[in-house]
Amino acid sequence: MTTFAELLLNGISMGAVYALIALGFVIIFKASEVVNFAHASLLLAGGFITAKLHGSIGFWPALAAGIAGAAAVGCLVEFLVIRRSKAADHSVLAIATIGVDIVLATEIARHIGTDVLAMGDPWGDQVVRLGPVSISEARLAALLVAFVLIATFLLAFKHTGWGVAMRAAAEDGETAALMGVRLSRVSMSAWAVAGALAAVAALFLAVFPTPGLDKTTGMVALKAFPAAILGGLDSTTGALVGGLLIGVTEALMSGYQGDLSFLGRGIGDVAPFLVMLLVLLIRPAGLFGTRELTRV
Amino acid sequence: MAADDPPPPEHPVKRPPLPEKAPGSGLLIEDLQVSYGPVQALRGVSLQAPEGSVVAVLGSNGAGKSTLLRAVSGTLRFHRGAVTGGGVAYAGDRLTGLNAAEIVARGVTQVPEGRRVFGRMTVAENLRAGALGVRGRKAAAAAREHVMELFPVLAERAGQRAGLLSGGEQQMLAIGRALMARPRVLLLDEPTLGLAPLMAARIAETVRRINAEGTTVLLVEQNAAMALSLASHAYVLEVGEVVMSGPAGELAASDEVRRRYLGESDEELPPQDGGSPSRPVLTRWPA
Repeated sequence: MTTFAELLLNGISMGAVYALIALGFVIIFKASEVVNFAHASLLLAGGFITAKLHGSIGFWPALAAGIAGAAAVGCLVEFLVIRRSKAADHSVLAIATIGVDIVLATEIARHIGTDVLAMGDPWGDQVVRLGPVSISEARLAALLVAFVLIATFLLAFKHTGWGVAMRAAAEDGETAALMGVRLSRVSMSAWAVAGALAAVAALFLAVFPTPGLDKTTGMVALKAFPAAILGGLDSTTGALVGGLLIGVTEALMSGYQGDLSFLGRGIGDVAPFLVMLLVLLIRPAGLFGTRELTRV
Repeated sequence: MAADDPPPPEHPVKRPPLPEKAPGSGLLIEDLQVSYGPVQALRGVSLQAPEGSVVAVLGSNGAGKSTLLRAVSGTLRFHRGAVTGGGVAYAGDRLTGLNAAEIVARGVTQVPEGRRVFGRMTVAENLRAGALGVRGRKAAAAAREHVMELFPVLAERAGQRAGLLSGGEQQMLAIGRALMARPRVLLLDEPTLGLAPLMAARIAETVRRINAEGTTVLLVEQNAAMALSLASHAYVLEVGEVVMSGPAGELAASDEVRRRYLGESDEELPPQDGGSPSRPVLTRWPA
């Protein structure tokens, strides 16, 4: 039972981090109707900046720089690729983001090389005991930070002018433009926010129990992709539920993989995609989505 | 036309007269040409809506009415269209070439065809979206109050999802949402489409009131009777060209408009002896 509770808590914590990434996918899709395959490299860029700077300017300023940097990279991709494109078909843009991802990821991987970079985070490998259940401080921090960020985002999405503009543009871009919404600004802000959230996610993907940031950290973002898809690519709620579902599934499958040995080792890594397949077979638009992915 | 009606002094001109007003007053469309790729939708349309007027644009499906409004509001690019000649100006500012948001900022706002309310957002959020193009909380609050006074039903339904409103209520919301930007020119695309006659009459009454408060209205309608009763001036579009224009009263009295847009057939018309030479005899419904 204790094992289960620990796995569950860890799963929720990982799920919250996946949700941060998935939320980025979703708002980019809502604002510019592009499935952003470059999300992994946005994440890597944010993490890399934090890892490189924390030695000289301290952890918190470095984290802020990483967040700002990833947001800037997001803006740049929007400005240089998405906005310039004359492609009418959004699937062309999605493929263009694959190209952007390869360029960015290769460049960052060149700088990282074979190193595993420490993030310089204050949590280290301490473990907190909550009764019989123990969880690492870093996981607990991830849970809390993700919770606060997601709540802030959702409140802003619901109540601020930015949120109203974003939702209006997502629902009907032409009419939003008729109301004076600057669609290019909405789109760019979505990329910036998605980049910032990805940078925070990068931090928590690279701290304990992970040894640090290496050139494959971005690949973890791929697990958030099923999270966004199974939640419904145009639903913020879906991103949260999808993230948690993936996180918990992965944690439980990995934790009990001794009992599931007939499925082979490493089932935890495959589980997110199995869940996505199952959900999509039953609900093609995702759990909370309203649109099937005809645009992908 | 009844035999005892005085005939209009002259048949409405076939070609619009050159704008006689100095540029800078009201909405001015000059020799506007619009193409969607290889397809030309407007072939040199000129039209004028002086400050404070209601001007109607009539025409059947595909005549280019919606294209005309898209060109004014800067939304052609959403339909892969482009202005290929001529242009639109308001109060001396050239609007052609600006994006939709910049045009809203210059005081020209369109109510889209088919209402297009944001169905997943509440009525209050829809109105808020309408004010996104203007700066200042005070202005938005004043506009909101004005809209609520025009359409009290929107205040009652403020927290409801716009998608759940009736067609008439959605049209009110669409108009109210556009008014949130405090436009000086309101572009209306088929505001009575699909509405019950009573609701259509209410919308017409509201348009009259909005105009009386000083907003210039450019009204695109298939419901010619309603449009001509509201407008001071009207233009008839056919296959991308203005084929007739004139004071609304004159157009309403003209045989051709009556026959083609007011739903009166030849058979109902009393036989006319000879027919004056200025009045071309038309075969019915030339395609």
